[in-house]
Amino acid sequence: MAEWMSLAEAIAANVHDGDTIAMEGFTHLIPFAAGHEVIRQKLKNLSLIRMTPDLIYDQLIGAGCAKKLTFSWGGNPGVGSLHRFRDAVENEWPTPLEIEERSHSDLANAYVAGAANLPFSVLRGYTGSDFARVNDRIRNITCPFTGEVLAATPSVRPDVTVIHAQKADRKGNVLLWGILGVQKEAVLAAKRAIVTVEERVESLDAAPNACILPSWVVNAVCNVPRGATPSYAHGYYERDNVFYRTWDRIARDRESFNAWVNRHIHGTKNFEEYLQSLADSSEQVV
Amino acid sequence: MSADYTADEMMTVAAARMLRNGAVCFVGIGLPSTAANLARLTHAPDAVLVYESGPIGAKPSVLPLSIGDGNLAETADTVVSTPEIFRYWLQGGRIDVGFLGAAQIDRFANINTTVVGPYNKPKVRLPGAGGAPEISSSAREVLIVVKQNKRTFVEKLDFITSVGFLTGGDARARAGLSGSGPVAVITDLCILRPDPVTRELNVVSIHPGVERATIVASTCWDVRFADACMETQSPQPEELSVLRDLKARTAAAHGAQGEAA
Repeated sequence: MAEWMSLAEAIAANVHDGDTIAMEGFTHLIPFAAGHEVIRQKLKNLSLIRMTPDLIYDQLIGAGCAKKLTFSWGGNPGVGSLHRFRDAVENEWPTPLEIEERSHSDLANAYVAGAANLPFSVLRGYTGSDFARVNDRIRNITCPFTGEVLAATPSVRPDVTVIHAQKADRKGNVLLWGILGVQKEAVLAAKRAIVTVEERVESLDAAPNACILPSWVVNAVCNVPRGATPSYAHGYYERDNVFYRTWDRIARDRESFNAWVNRHIHGTKNFEEYLQSLADSSEQVV
Repeated sequence: MSADYTADEMMTVAAARMLRNGAVCFVGIGLPSTAANLARLTHAPDAVLVYESGPIGAKPSVLPLSIGDGNLAETADTVVSTPEIFRYWLQGGRIDVGFLGAAQIDRFANINTTVVGPYNKPKVRLPGAGGAPEISSSAREVLIVVKQNKRTFVEKLDFITSVGFLTGGDARARAGLSGSGPVAVITDLCILRPDPVTRELNVVSIHPGVERATIVASTCWDVRFADACMETQSPQPEELSVLRDLKARTAAAHGAQGEAA
């Protein structure tokens, strides 16, 4: 059963140095507050998995929390590069970063396989491309019925998955809607799961086919309003496109990145303080 | 060029015209999304736009900045999960047209969006695959929109992210790929189509005011021109006004920069 607790308690209890961690959310509902808390707690040697590393993993990589990244599209959506990710891959700063590169279709399938307790996933993919040349975990399998050769890749089985959702009820049942990405599969594929939510409600009042994660597949639920910003929470707030563009400037340079992390993440106790700190600084800067 | 439109506008309009009404189109972000939405707002109102984040039948009022903007979900016929979009809808064979961009493209319309330079010590680490490898292999046909210069139109790709015609001829069919591959590459200078036999990209239509020499100088390989090479029809007033309105709405919604390419 999920327990309601603070985000700091949830991260401390469920994320450990060296863990494989998936913090999912496809542009929508990216669990930024949880990412910041991982940085604040100075966790190390994490193997990060995310289809789109986005700013959340750019921050974790730049802050030195990661030893490996499994991903399928590593850009700043609508803006350009993830500079901390690039600096780690191109210059091994702040530490070398092992990468395991896959396609969206593959990683989505690999989460499904993980949720289904299968060791690998099968797809029609990668034919003729160079991926298998640089990733020996992308292999072939022959269909025993038709003889067709298909791609086989290892399923994703995180030690811990973290997602953000719109609502959870008193018991910790979680409801999310809008662009769902791979969040449900990522939670069901993981050994442990943390969910941050926009609000705690008495009852979810959801339609029968709504995307609900029952309390008993989640370990910790944390009430973190605006916890997905600068991404968005459908029905609550919009994507902060200005921040995504501003990040390009902050992250382009190691010193300005370090200054930003020190001031806004290490210099704050929690996400609420972070939001205040950001608001204060944007008055000065912009 | 003395025209009252830009080369980028010509490219977007020419790309939009390629999308037929009613087609089910899997749309990449940036230039492809701009072109697909221009098509939907002009000659192809019944085109079905599918985005990899899950919206099917999206009718965004402004261009999305990210592939998963809320406006895509709000205007879609339905929103499915990311595994479902790739498994049931793309791999399942429901997509008529994949609309892609590229960082590098070669003469057989193979695409690189992964690295410039050696993979393990890249000069430039690009974002990577996204949905493109399976879009390029599973969609019935593929349209590619990309600006043409010597950095993009290269002799040899540093990495094949998404396949076109591999080494040309019948190489793609022999590899067992289900879709028929790229049917056109639309640039800011011209339109190229694969030769029916060799599958090498040939220039079939040159945008007004563009010299052949400019196309040659913007391509690392010895680019061929089709015998029946034509001039592209210039953007029509309605196409331009719809495109400019769309861009203005987008800029107003997202802030000054609007949608990034």
